[in-house]
Amino acid sequence: MALPDILFYLFAFLTLLFGALAVANPFSRNPVTSAMFLVLTICAMAGLFVLLNAFFLAAVQILVYAGAVMVLFLFVIMLLDLKEEQRRKINLFGIVTGTGAVLGLGFLLTRTIWGGDLNQAANPRVIGDTKALGLELFTKGQFLLPFEIVSVLLLVAMVGVILLSKKELK
Amino acid sequence: MNVGLEHYLTVSAMLFCLGLLGVILRRNVLVIYMSLELMLNAANLALVAFSRFNENLTGQMMVFFIITVAAAEVAVGLALIVALYRKRQSAHVEDLTSLKL
Repeated sequence: MALPDILFYLFAFLTLLFGALAVANPFSRNPVTSAMFLVLTICAMAGLFVLLNAFFLAAVQILVYAGAVMVLFLFVIMLLDLKEEQRRKINLFGIVTGTGAVLGLGFLLTRTIWGGDLNQAANPRVIGDTKALGLELFTKGQFLLPFEIVSVLLLVAMVGVILLSKKELK
Repeated sequence: MNVGLEHYLTVSAMLFCLGLLGVILRRNVLVIYMSLELMLNAANLALVAFSRFNENLTGQMMVFFIITVAAAEVAVGLALIVALYRKRQSAHVEDLTSLKL
């Protein structure tokens, strides 16, 4: 097995393991633990992005997700001073039907992925470095309008957050 | 067997199912929100994998925009949760039933 394949299996295993620990940790039900494992999941996923030659997106993934977004999450968790999730009345019916639905969805997705003929190149070229991405974004004209709209969206989100966080909502 | 598109899509599907499981099983609003982020990331992984194996950068551009919008979305969502917590003093979904008929 070639080195990229070994690395794929390693990162895929780490991503799924940390993801499972973030979602359903058998040792701790503290939101902080979930958040820290989510950071590890995102970092392992950045490794998968590097294996897919999406170098710029791997960097952005770590900077924006593991950096900014998760810090925001931790900040809010600390701010709210959340206690451990107490075990309340366990709704067995909900758990069984929910898990069944998720397993069914997973089965369907896996069947679709492995059953159909995926249109893929045999030996894909290496694309996805920062220069190619920048050229695609700024020179073809296809993504210029979405880019400007996203900047407006960020401004709108910022104003909205300030409004929502004010002491009294009028 | 060489690692191909199927393998990446399988990881993405499993990650999506994990996130969905978290949304269904956990009772804390913040943890549910984190599980939603996990599902979003699974979709990103699928898009990047498609982009790589079809030699087309459009998938990566899509992920670029998704990450930007997700950052804004997280900020708004967390502000909503803080406002909700201030009103109700609880982050449990079972305590947040004012929309229930």
